[in-house]
Amino acid sequence: MLLDDKSVYLMRLGDNALVLSQRLSEWCGKGPAFEEDMALTNTALDLIGQARMWLSYAGEVEGRGRDEDALAFRRDSHEFTNLLLVEQPNGDYAHTLVRQFFFDVWHQLTLDALTRSSDDRIADIASKAIKEVAYHLRRSSDLVVRLGDGTAESRRRMQDAVDALWMYTGEMFKADETEELLGAQGLACDPSTLKDAWLAMVREVFAEATLTVPDSEWMQKGGKQGRHGEHLGLLLAEMQFLQRAYPNASW
Amino acid sequence: MYAQMVDTGMKRVQGLDEMSAEERAFQEKIDAGIKIEAKDWMPEGYRRTLIRQISQHAHSEIVGQLPEGNWVTRAPTLKRKAILLAKIQDEAGHGLYLYSAAETLGVTRDQVYADLLSGKVKYSSIFNYPTTNWADIGTVGWLVDGAAIMNQIPLCRCSYGPYSRAMVRVCKEESFHQRQGYDLVMAMAKGTPEQKAMAQDALNRWWWPALMMFGPSDGESVHSAQSMQWKIKILSNDELRQKFVDQTVPQAEYLGLTIPDPDLKWNEDTGHYDFGEIDWEEFRQVVAGNGPCNRDRLRTRVKAWEDGEWFRDALLAHAEKKSERQVATAKAA
Repeated sequence: MLLDDKSVYLMRLGDNALVLSQRLSEWCGKGPAFEEDMALTNTALDLIGQARMWLSYAGEVEGRGRDEDALAFRRDSHEFTNLLLVEQPNGDYAHTLVRQFFFDVWHQLTLDALTRSSDDRIADIASKAIKEVAYHLRRSSDLVVRLGDGTAESRRRMQDAVDALWMYTGEMFKADETEELLGAQGLACDPSTLKDAWLAMVREVFAEATLTVPDSEWMQKGGKQGRHGEHLGLLLAEMQFLQRAYPNASW
Repeated sequence: MYAQMVDTGMKRVQGLDEMSAEERAFQEKIDAGIKIEAKDWMPEGYRRTLIRQISQHAHSEIVGQLPEGNWVTRAPTLKRKAILLAKIQDEAGHGLYLYSAAETLGVTRDQVYADLLSGKVKYSSIFNYPTTNWADIGTVGWLVDGAAIMNQIPLCRCSYGPYSRAMVRVCKEESFHQRQGYDLVMAMAKGTPEQKAMAQDALNRWWWPALMMFGPSDGESVHSAQSMQWKIKILSNDELRQKFVDQTVPQAEYLGLTIPDPDLKWNEDTGHYDFGEIDWEEFRQVVAGNGPCNRDRLRTRVKAWEDGEWFRDALLAHAEKKSERQVATAKAA
């Protein structure tokens, strides 16, 4: 039972990185400045590297012979366990950045906790990933400040994005049985313990960015359990096309 | 090439005895293999030609992200996706690096980029062709990066210091891309019948456009002769093309793929491959804006630029606010 929980948990970490990386790749060559094109591919590349490490490990723990590619390309959307936040469409650049910022803060806190995991391999992967994520967070929080406190239009766009994405943030801190179990064993991180630190960081950055933290409390949930919106299916249809169309090929 | 048919603005190439003292001293430096640096005196024609050449090259790197970006969301394995993302990131980096080299000649990046968006300055003809199957991604690395390296390795020795140093760095990464591209095509060529068909189809479509990258025969071109005198062009278009064909034919044979040229054959006497006629009318049409993807490519970049205006404006506005606040704080203190 524990092994199942562990592979489920590892898959969640991998799916978050994979799906967000896929979203960022959609920007390829279409960013608002050359430096942003570079930063987007750089972040997408870091995340795909992390996804590979988590998914490979998930496949090994699962013990059914599935490697990183089998997990990435041969599961349907109800088998994906990423947070709803990361599957949200890119929207304008403000949506892309706010999505990134919300995720980066959570990601940093999660990985920080995982560097102290009782599982050496989880701690190793987290230690490697957290260096990259520290940069992601530095970049996204800096841009949130500059765009929030930029022009009237940029503030409006950023606030719109915040208001639209806010309802996808609650799920990040809602622990389920798997996380409670693994958290109690020191193997994973119980996400409910991260909420205060996440909110404090978001409030601090938003204060400088002159953005308002929404007061609505109703939150969407279900991503971690495989209940997604309509967007994920299309994202996967595109991503998985070759593996699905030519199942016997190796690439 | 990434820069094609660069206009020097010259009517004919001058001999040393026709030059002013400054021009002669400049040419003698070049002949002696001494690099020209940004602050050195240089003829206006040299400066303008280099700006054209370097900015065309930079634009090619930037537009070149698009045909590859077309497949990055559909890469068939996570490893291939990571390799492709890294390549695209390198290319954006080359673009930035080259724009910086152009800026040493007294233009700004925004100025030269505006010339791309308005259609005034071109990028390489090759990026106006579509990537329609996954093997195209490997084929572009193998052939397009391969052809680019052919030209850029000699340019590491070109007379303008900042450009030659940029080329050294760019070439290292490009040769890596070429090997990765070849590796991808190999996986396809040795794969299932469907994969092999994709690899052959990609080669059929990219072969001739790749040969066109080198540009038409220099013949009596004043611009080529002038650029060679200035050592910002080292080998002729035909020489580079021949080297490329000679290098690539055995690579295709190793893959078991057929180059789509019935006239291609080894010539014992010359020690080179003979190859068929290039359709220069197609090349001229593509350069004139009538290739299969010219409009899409430019429209995509224009849209990205226009959609990003609020973003760039906001960063400027924030920087101004910040410096005003700093001044106010300093005054108060």
